[in-house]
Amino acid sequence: MRYSYYPGCSLERNAGAYHTSLMAVAAQLGVEFAEVDDWNCCGATEFIAVNRLRAYALVSRNLALAARQTGGSNGAAKGQLVAPCSACYLNLSKVDHYLSESPALASDVNQALAAGGLSYAPGSLRVRHLLDVLVNDVGYEKVAARVCRPLHGLRVAPYYGCLVVRPGFRERFDDPEYPTSLDRLMRALGATVVDFPLKAHCCGGHMTQISRDVALELIRRLLKNAADYQADLIVTLCPMCQLNLDAFQESVNGLFGTEYRIPILFFTQLMGLAFGLSPAAVGIGKEFIDARPALAKIGAAAPAAAEAAPKRKPRRGDQSLPLPQMSEEE
Amino acid sequence: MATSTSTSRTSDFFREVVAECPVDPRLEACLQCGTCGGSCPSGPDMDHTPRTLFAMIAAGMRDAVLRSNTPWYCVSCYYCMERCPQEIRITDVMYTLKRMAIKAGYSAQTTAPKGPGFAQTFVDHVENYGRSFELGLITRYYLNHRPLDALKMAPLGMGLLKRRRLDLSPRPIRQIEQLKAILDKAREIDAAHAV
Ligand code: SF4
Ligand code: SF4
Repeated sequence: MRYSYYPGCSLERNAGAYHTSLMAVAAQLGVEFAEVDDWNCCGATEFIAVNRLRAYALVSRNLALAARQTGGSNGAAKGQLVAPCSACYLNLSKVDHYLSESPALASDVNQALAAGGLSYAPGSLRVRHLLDVLVNDVGYEKVAARVCRPLHGLRVAPYYGCLVVRPGFRERFDDPEYPTSLDRLMRALGATVVDFPLKAHCCGGHMTQISRDVALELIRRLLKNAADYQADLIVTLCPMCQLNLDAFQESVNGLFGTEYRIPILFFTQLMGLAFGLSPAAVGIGKEFIDARPALAKIGAAAPAAAEAAPKRKPRRGDQSLPLPQMSEEE
Repeated sequence: MATSTSTSRTSDFFREVVAECPVDPRLEACLQCGTCGGSCPSGPDMDHTPRTLFAMIAAGMRDAVLRSNTPWYCVSCYYCMERCPQEIRITDVMYTLKRMAIKAGYSAQTTAPKGPGFAQTFVDHVENYGRSFELGLITRYYLNHRPLDALKMAPLGMGLLKRRRLDLSPRPIRQIEQLKAILDKAREIDAAHAV
């Protein structure tokens, strides 16, 4: 299986571990990701807040390049573009969808693209998230068959965040409020999946840069929810979610007087470990919250992650709402 | 843009908002049911919930809407859009209001003053390099907009650096000139539509 691959800016550096692990896992599963040559930033949630047509043109350049390259020499599966970042996935599929819906918008965008010698026919690509491809094209059985070091005893909270499951412009591969595909994938690796009612709630996105306290409260809720269900770690499928929950965990502890110490790993890192790859081969060791104590449960010794000492402050009221519960086994 | 917003109960400002959206946001169909505000993770911290904001737009309260923190506190989670019984493109309306607030010169006067500066810094970087260059982005943003907070962010920057999760230098895409030509043309077309 070959796909066109759009890594997005985060995977170049801050979420390098995601790129490393997904490539390692893909190799094990016989999936090939051909990177779109000379792709540009998708604009995250910022570009569209400043410009309208330029934001659509920015994303469309990537669609145009991917469509041209898949139809051309690199041999990628025709018309399938895979993004591992939820925000990139959303922007690519949303722009493709809105261009199809509005011929006026498509015509403006194509006029802009023409200035760079490009064009894009709306709908000529199928934009997919990495999780969708791994669970639906590869499949749980094939994944389970590759497992040689099952994650037995590891309690995992599957975190989806927002943009993979909502708003589902083109197609849905999971429930927008209570998704379960990542749960099933983690079970296929042998992990114990804990109920995680906030699994599709927001990590705060770029709110850390706009109103820090609002963002930290959103992050705190997620950490508390995972801690309430005794998760050893949270597994994520988006670089923004990983960064917020990992790098800001100490800030949450500082603000709320909590002592959370929950490692945040990419789902592909756990897949790699279950396939018998070494922690280094899946980029473990770059996280702020040390994953070693959790990974010791499955006998994977990870490289040391540097840690800051926790700060203590008076506790604020705990305002999370009661949530429905689900049994831990299907 | 084709919309169905010519009803007499809407204000000029309402029509302006709808016209600024990339596709029809269907805002005229709002029932004022409140599902959006009830679903919004930032709802309690917003000056006005999305529902209230839409009533204010219909009522033509341009100034109060564009100064409010509501659009800037929208984290793009799409819960409201998922649940809205009228399938209104709420998140797109929030983006549109951000653009209108910047354009109207309200950037420094909104009740979320950090929002516009961060968005603008991000856009400048992408326009110059084609990709978001994290350390440069963060540094420039803090020095320009929040020098006092720069210290608070320093441990995070150091933490990312120590883990080799930050770039130290910008790496522009190869065909940055092509991207700039496309974006310039888009700006030109947008400007032509505005007159
Ligand atoms: S959920 Fe939709 S219909 Fe209800 S108030 Fe919000 S925008 Fe209006
Ligand atoms: S998309 Fe924005 S307005 Fe809608 S629920 Fe999420 S944060 Fe609130």
